[in-house]
Amino acid sequence: MKEIFEILEQNARATPEQISTMVDKPVSEVKKTIKQAEKDGTILKYKAIINWPKLEEEDIWALIEVRITPQRGVGFDAIAERIYQFPEVYSAYLVSGTYDLSILVRGKNMQEISSFVAEKLAPLEQVQSTVTHFLLKRYKEYGETFNVPKETNRRLPITP
Amino acid sequence: MSNTRPTSAEALDNLISQKVATLPPSGIRKFFDLLSSIEDVISLGIGEPDFVTPWHIREAGIYSLEKGYTMYTSNSGMPGLRQELARYLELHYGVTYHPEHEILITAGSSEGLDLVLRAIINPGDEVIIPDPCYVAYPADITLAGGMPIPVPTNEKNNFVVRATDIEARVTKKTKAILVGYPANPTGAVMSKKEADAIAELSKKHDLLIISDEIYARLIYGVEHICFPSLPGMKKRTILISGFSKSHAMTGWRIGYVAADRRFIQALTKIHQYTLLCAPTMTQMAAIEALKSGEPDVESMVQEYNRRRRFMVNRLNKIGLPCFEPKGAFFAFPSIKATGMNSEEFAEKLLLEEKVAVVPGTAFGSCGEGFVRCCYATSLPNIEEALRRMDRFLRKSNLRPK
Repeated sequence: MKEIFEILEQNARATPEQISTMVDKPVSEVKKTIKQAEKDGTILKYKAIINWPKLEEEDIWALIEVRITPQRGVGFDAIAERIYQFPEVYSAYLVSGTYDLSILVRGKNMQEISSFVAEKLAPLEQVQSTVTHFLLKRYKEYGETFNVPKETNRRLPITP
Repeated sequence: MSNTRPTSAEALDNLISQKVATLPPSGIRKFFDLLSSIEDVISLGIGEPDFVTPWHIREAGIYSLEKGYTMYTSNSGMPGLRQELARYLELHYGVTYHPEHEILITAGSSEGLDLVLRAIINPGDEVIIPDPCYVAYPADITLAGGMPIPVPTNEKNNFVVRATDIEARVTKKTKAILVGYPANPTGAVMSKKEADAIAELSKKHDLLIISDEIYARLIYGVEHICFPSLPGMKKRTILISGFSKSHAMTGWRIGYVAADRRFIQALTKIHQYTLLCAPTMTQMAAIEALKSGEPDVESMVQEYNRRRRFMVNRLNKIGLPCFEPKGAFFAFPSIKATGMNSEEFAEKLLLEEKVAVVPGTAFGSCGEGFVRCCYATSLPNIEEALRRMDRFLRKSNLRPK
């Protein structure tokens, strides 16, 4: 079952027929597993990884370190939820170390991100402090590298 | 007075030894030349992994250069590498080799095979090999002054040499049996039963077993039978292997031979006068591969297995019957029903659909009627290649009834 998800994680467009051959299981079983996973949230969504810089779209990203005060009963989760609900927040993680939340924010320009921090994030009662790092360049995401010329095949066409 | 030194092309040819002059060029070579004149070919003709060596292994090689490891190592290879290797062989195959006396690090398993054959063959000695088999076997035996004796294999015996067929070819001159399972070009693996029978035969006739186990790690759903691990076989088996296939390290040229110390001593003599030692940075990278390359091997095997199932399934569906290859990264479908011979099939397929496969005859006369298709290439490539092969069969109305 895990293997089906591994294949989909690599290529969301793999069809149940293709997967069934690769894992040597009947198509019906693969279909059932996928359907069930879509229903129970094991598979959240199918998305494409877009190389935005290639389109030369202005696209600003910032990694923000957030220190927060945990709350009785709900720990970090309640405040984390208040933060990650903002559509500007692309990803959010609770991390160990000198700060608590690491969030990745995406905006059209620097202004948009700074106003998000100044007007929405920092004023939250439980937020003690924020440190904003603007991303200068994205090299790799979800295991895929950006800005790298498509790997040309270096192997000889026929070898023993 | 005229100059008597030979100057014509013919006379110059006389300068090439007869052994080499009469050695047939690899059947793959001819195809390579044809192929290089055509663009946008999808090649299933490759005999190496499509993965790049895992980064941590490459990084270890770079580190060794940074640190200035640019000198010779001991002839037998770095002690650290031999120790890691001994541990690895014990762990995976339960066979114990002394790192100091029973292991030799070579520049690829190809060097290992050449050393072994040169070390054991007296002029005219016979070495038994499966047919079809890896292209270098008969050539290396001939170059070492021996006589390759092919034993036919076919679909009926799953392309594994049978002990009885071998025995029928044993003569007074037979020195060794050279086997390579999992096999290139067929993907066949040897079962314990067959291996045991061959082991018994080798004891009965006092023959050496040369076991090329380069594909040992690429095995799907069965257990690899390591020849020297069979009871009483370590002392009469020479194990040849390397890192090319398991760790995707073909270009690094690193392999090894493990055997009883009397053999290793003999091999080391030739090795020290020819290669001196395997490349140092490569040896350092190989240490890293052994120390922490296991997850890479496992994930590559898993990926190969998906492609294998996919390719074999599709080959059978489009009408090229293919027995299930349980090792290496090759499928060996039969093309007999098309009425063409292997070479015609491969050439037509290349010219008409731009898909390269290797005719089975490149690996021996028993490869006639088959082609080798390598699945060490991306799934989209495999898919497209098979789509084209399907079209090729339909177009030429070659689909078997």
